[in-house]
Amino acid sequence: MMEIGLNHFLVVGALVFLAGLFCVLTRRNAIGILMGVELILNSANINYLAFARYSSVSYDGQIFAVFVIMLAAAEAAVGLAIVLGIYQMFHTIDVDATDTLRL
Amino acid sequence: MQESAHIAQEAVVHTVSYLRWIPLLPLLGAIINGIGGAWIQTNLGKKVVGAIACAMPLLGFVLALRAFFQLLGLDPAQRVLLDNVFPWIHVGILNVDVAFQVDPLSSVMILIITGVGGLIHIYSTAYMHEEPAYWRYFAYLNLFTFAMLTLVLGDNLLLMFVGWEGVGLCSYALIGFWYSEWANASAGSKAFIVNRVGDFGFMCATFLLFWTLAEADHPTLLFREITQYAPLLEGQLFWGMGTVTVITMLMFLGATGKSAQIPLYVWLPDAMAGPTPVSALIHAATMVTAGVYMIARLSILFDMAPTTGAVIATVGAATAFFAATIGTTQFDIKKVLAYSTVSQLGFMFIAMGVGAYATGVFHLMTHAFFKACLFLGSGSVIHAMHHEQDMRKMGGLKKWMPYTYATYLLSTLAIAGIPPFSGFFSKDEILWKAFSGGHHIVWFVAVCAAAMTAFYMFRSVYMTFEGESRADEHTKHHLHESPLAMTVPLMILAALATFSGFLNIPHALFGHARFDGWLAPVVQHGAHAAHHDVEIIEYVLMIFSVAVAVAGILVARAMYQTRTLKPDWLVDAFGGKLYRTVYNKYYVDEAYDATVIAGTMSLSRAMAWFDATIIDGIVNGSAVIVKLLSQAYGLFDHYVVDGAVNGVGALTSLVGGGVRRLQTGNINAYLYVIVLAVVGVMMARIW
Amino acid sequence: MNEFSLFPAVFYFLAAMTVVSAVGVALSNNIFYSAIALMGTLLGAAGLYVMLAADFLAVVQIFVYVGGILVLTLFAINLTSRIGDVTVSNRSLGRFPAFVLLALVGVGMMRAIGTANWHRVEVVEPVPTINRIGEAFLTTHILPFELASLVLLAALVGAVVLSRKELREGRG
Repeated sequence: MMEIGLNHFLVVGALVFLAGLFCVLTRRNAIGILMGVELILNSANINYLAFARYSSVSYDGQIFAVFVIMLAAAEAAVGLAIVLGIYQMFHTIDVDATDTLRL
Repeated sequence: MQESAHIAQEAVVHTVSYLRWIPLLPLLGAIINGIGGAWIQTNLGKKVVGAIACAMPLLGFVLALRAFFQLLGLDPAQRVLLDNVFPWIHVGILNVDVAFQVDPLSSVMILIITGVGGLIHIYSTAYMHEEPAYWRYFAYLNLFTFAMLTLVLGDNLLLMFVGWEGVGLCSYALIGFWYSEWANASAGSKAFIVNRVGDFGFMCATFLLFWTLAEADHPTLLFREITQYAPLLEGQLFWGMGTVTVITMLMFLGATGKSAQIPLYVWLPDAMAGPTPVSALIHAATMVTAGVYMIARLSILFDMAPTTGAVIATVGAATAFFAATIGTTQFDIKKVLAYSTVSQLGFMFIAMGVGAYATGVFHLMTHAFFKACLFLGSGSVIHAMHHEQDMRKMGGLKKWMPYTYATYLLSTLAIAGIPPFSGFFSKDEILWKAFSGGHHIVWFVAVCAAAMTAFYMFRSVYMTFEGESRADEHTKHHLHESPLAMTVPLMILAALATFSGFLNIPHALFGHARFDGWLAPVVQHGAHAAHHDVEIIEYVLMIFSVAVAVAGILVARAMYQTRTLKPDWLVDAFGGKLYRTVYNKYYVDEAYDATVIAGTMSLSRAMAWFDATIIDGIVNGSAVIVKLLSQAYGLFDHYVVDGAVNGVGALTSLVGGGVRRLQTGNINAYLYVIVLAVVGVMMARIW
Repeated sequence: MNEFSLFPAVFYFLAAMTVVSAVGVALSNNIFYSAIALMGTLLGAAGLYVMLAADFLAVVQIFVYVGGILVLTLFAINLTSRIGDVTVSNRSLGRFPAFVLLALVGVGMMRAIGTANWHRVEVVEPVPTINRIGEAFLTTHILPFELASLVLLAALVGAVVLSRKELREGRG
């Protein structure tokens, strides 16, 4: 087993990011898309913390990660409120059905 | 630059101001009768028209006499009167004014024109008495007099040419006076057109003369200056020939047109279609003499071109002979006189050709008298015979028309060259000058022509006046002598024809050759004034020419009076072909018709075809091209321009149609694009 | 020496859990299963945070993310999906174009990770971070801290407003 280093954590973060990207691009359920966004944010957090541990003496990375979590929470709240609103209007949260802005 | 020694001295002129009235009075008469003549004739009568018309040349005659006497009083070297009326053309190096000049030569001419012309005007008042367009006739007659006087009085070539053209125009108008007959109108056109050919020669000669004088630093068209500076052109070449020779040959071409020599004589016999007084004035006494005058006026140039002189003498002799042969066969009395005129003009040109300018002018003067008398006499006969001109229907008229007969006979004796009549002196002098100048062939031909002249003129006398009358009863009943207005001019002219010869009695006959002396300052240049000793040969020739003339008269008498000699053997010679050829004027008119006329007509047809087909074709073709072009433009505008405009719209809508598909309303798609873009930028940065 | 022998194994275990759960979130057809998988991912991430000497953050992660956001998500799922109705499929934009893009991005990222020359420092002993973070929030990073609270307030208010409007409209 090799020494676990920065790269390993970065790879993990990259994989989670890709998974989240996949969710965002392919899921028809609006909440599914939001889950993808959460995954992406998490992967960002992993990256921050990895760099904070292996590339920096200060703890700025960790502080940043706190903010990220906080903003993710705010965004999730508002986003889900919007999803509820869409559900009220369209009676479905299938994003393929919400294409009223289509030309 | 030192002037060459042989340039003549500058002429001394005396300025007067009355000369202008000599041509202007007839012009005034022409204007009055031309514009108001119809009104005057209807309201005031033909007499007033005639009076106005006759007064003008007669007043001119008075003024001409005054000029003549004034000249007499001057020193012979200074006999030039000049009346400068107004400045005319002053452009670049060309300076000519409207100015009239009287010197010994033009004084003779104006006396003839106004004197004989005046007599003919008076004669016309009686002859044209029944003519409704009386006023038009006299307007033209006065206009002609004006033009002729301008021709002889002009002090420069340009003014002379104005008169030259003017007499041509008036002659056309007067020949075709009774224009309602096709033959008369076409005779007038023929005269004008044939004259035009000669005028072309005159113009070319004027241009060449002016141009070469300008190159010699003395550009001028004034006669007195031409005489002064012409020697500068000595020895110059133009296109390989002597300059002066070319100029004089072209001038002679003009003279052949106006004075009816070969090859441009064909208009004169046809011109007999006009009224007889017109024939007398224009075609006997004045217009046809313009060519002779012109050569005399430019004698300095002709002296410098002996080649041209030889040509002139040859053409003159040939014409004299040629016309005389035709004259022997004609039956129309006016045609006989017409060919006789052509023949006598030939004599004058013989004189000019051998350098005897004064002699030629002398013959001009005597010819004016006797030919005018002959024409007016024939007019009298025609008038009495109710416009019958065929001599075969006349005869024995001396019984009814004694005065006409007497004057006609006297003039015929003059033209035949019988002494002591004027024609003898003038014609004989010509023959002598030709012979003594070494032109023996010319002399011989001229003598033959003189013999024939005597013959056919007396033939006309015998056929018309002698013997028994061949007219029908009705005409015979009306035969009478003409009124005084016609017979008095006849008598005056006959007297002049008889006695005017004494003005120039040659030294051989113990005279002083006064006429030659009078003209000497104008026509004698250089040292020609050598007074030759009289030789025996001169007398021999004189007697010979008289004998020949008498022989001609006797033959005529035998053939037509006593009928002892039948003309039939001549008529039947060569199976009648000789007679027919001569009778039909050697078919010259027909030859001209076939060559020149036909050629001109086919040329003009070709030009017309060219114009109609090619030029119109080009024009129409260009119209077609323009139409095609405009159609093309229309299509271009419709498809290309509108297409472009519409295309822009279509393109916009196409692009819009394509681009709008991006707006799917699908969140996933939007996110996809965003990610793709970001990834793209990222990739670009990394790689 | 202990962590030396256990550290990689634990790491690999936690990493596998995180990644597999994330894949499960992505590929699951049922939204509920996706939510459960998301919980697995979040927990795995929390474990990784601990391994990165971010103890405070790991706990915050569990409290906020799992306990808050995930629960909220589950509520939303329950409110909007018809449970038992499996016809809400998750196929949208074709999977293939997404795979292409993912491949692209993935290759790029791996290359970046592999070739980049990261700045390295000496790895220190893990220490409790809570003191340090708290201190930082109230001294050097106080402004973002205060602004963050404002943001939370705005989000709170906004969410309430959004929900209420919709509710009113739904009734009317």
